[in-house]
Amino acid sequence: MIAIVDYGIGNLRSVSKALERLGKTSEATCDPARLEAAEAIILPGVGSFGEAMENLEKSQLVPLLRRMFEDGKPILGICLGFQLLFERSQEAPKKKGLCLIPGEVRKLPPTTKIPHMGWNRIYFKRQTPLTENIPQGRFFYFAHSFYALPEDESCIVGICNYNVTIPVVVNVGNLWGVQFHPEKSATWGMKFLENWVRSIDSNASYSSH
Amino acid sequence: MLAKRIIPCLDVREGRVVKGVHFEDLRDVGDPVELAKRYEEEGADELVFLDITASYEQREIMIHVAEKVAEVLTIPFTVGGGIGSVEHVSKLLKAGADKVSINTQAVLNPNLITELAERFGSQCVVVAIDVKRTWDRITSRSYWEVFINGGRTPTGKDAIAWAQQVERLGAGEILLTSMDTDGTQSGYDISLTRKVAEKVKIPVIASGGAGKLEHLAAVLQEGKADAALVASIFHYRHYTIPEAKAFLRKRGIPVRLED
Repeated sequence: MIAIVDYGIGNLRSVSKALERLGKTSEATCDPARLEAAEAIILPGVGSFGEAMENLEKSQLVPLLRRMFEDGKPILGICLGFQLLFERSQEAPKKKGLCLIPGEVRKLPPTTKIPHMGWNRIYFKRQTPLTENIPQGRFFYFAHSFYALPEDESCIVGICNYNVTIPVVVNVGNLWGVQFHPEKSATWGMKFLENWVRSIDSNASYSSH
Repeated sequence: MLAKRIIPCLDVREGRVVKGVHFEDLRDVGDPVELAKRYEEEGADELVFLDITASYEQREIMIHVAEKVAEVLTIPFTVGGGIGSVEHVSKLLKAGADKVSINTQAVLNPNLITELAERFGSQCVVVAIDVKRTWDRITSRSYWEVFINGGRTPTGKDAIAWAQQVERLGAGEILLTSMDTDGTQSGYDISLTRKVAEKVKIPVIASGGAGKLEHLAAVLQEGKADAALVASIFHYRHYTIPEAKAFLRKRGIPVRLED
């Protein structure tokens, strides 16, 4: 079972449907016991940075997610869920993020249309199990006004250009973050999720309780 | 570079997709789930479902349609028509819709835009604006006037100022329909679209008047729209989406067209 963390807002159905198509059961939950029981965790991409962190704190999930990350449990952050992995965001300057990846989340520069909404090409800086069978320059679906900047550029796997270079695939150990919505990105998005699901299945180093 | 989007629009009445001219002479064009799947396979970038008979009982039908559509789609979709409360939006998003489009209720209660944006995020709040060129007797000049209630009620509001206001209130996108060109298949209202697109930072989806592929190119280039809403020419298969996108690409317009 894959746990989809429920911040109490928005559409979680697209993610669970996508997983279902890949033969994975999932559960939208904010119950620490269910997260412990899950083989992997998805932080979905709905809501705002401040409200999502507030709800994670209330459900006492912040230290738990940190420990799971340290233990090497597979975690995938999507869109806002990706931004939550960082230390802080200009969207809610007073709110601390999950701090799993050093770096910050910034507002897109005002020279562009905001939100960055629609289909953009992504490019990989290196090959990884999750980018397997996805050619360079394929289109993925984006809907965001902020973008994450990791301090250590070596964790950036994929980028896209929108007047600025946006890191859109980031990887640290078994933690992955993507700025696009794979569950809304048609064929290539499903391919990415399929690769992630396969990486969980082949990940023998972590045994779930 | 961000691709310009081609968005088929499906008018839904009592759970079926229908099409008519100016809401009259409605013809059944199919099942929403089947059409949604077909458009996704053809390469639609997004879909919009408009509930055109949004009476109270029929809202439940639309929520059910959203659920069914979400089962099959791996591209985003928007639901609009008769939406007026945070609870209603919450139900549609939970059913699987990615965005909602609000129109009349946004004019009557502009705070709704902010409430929705704060709760669900701007990216899922589309404000639909229906516009008609109107002569103002007092100033003796014409202006673009906002209409509500499915185009039946004039508001006296200037469309450009309203577009800027909805952006400030937290809308993530504008769905701009010209009532002058809607249903005519004679082309989008380029000057209206361009004016709005230049005045706001949020994306603008142009709607009303697509009859030829030429029209799509014009509204995306001269009209500076970020996306084009299309209905009849796809429903009646005058053109397919790959044909439309190949045409646009030839004109140098960036589109999502996988080789």
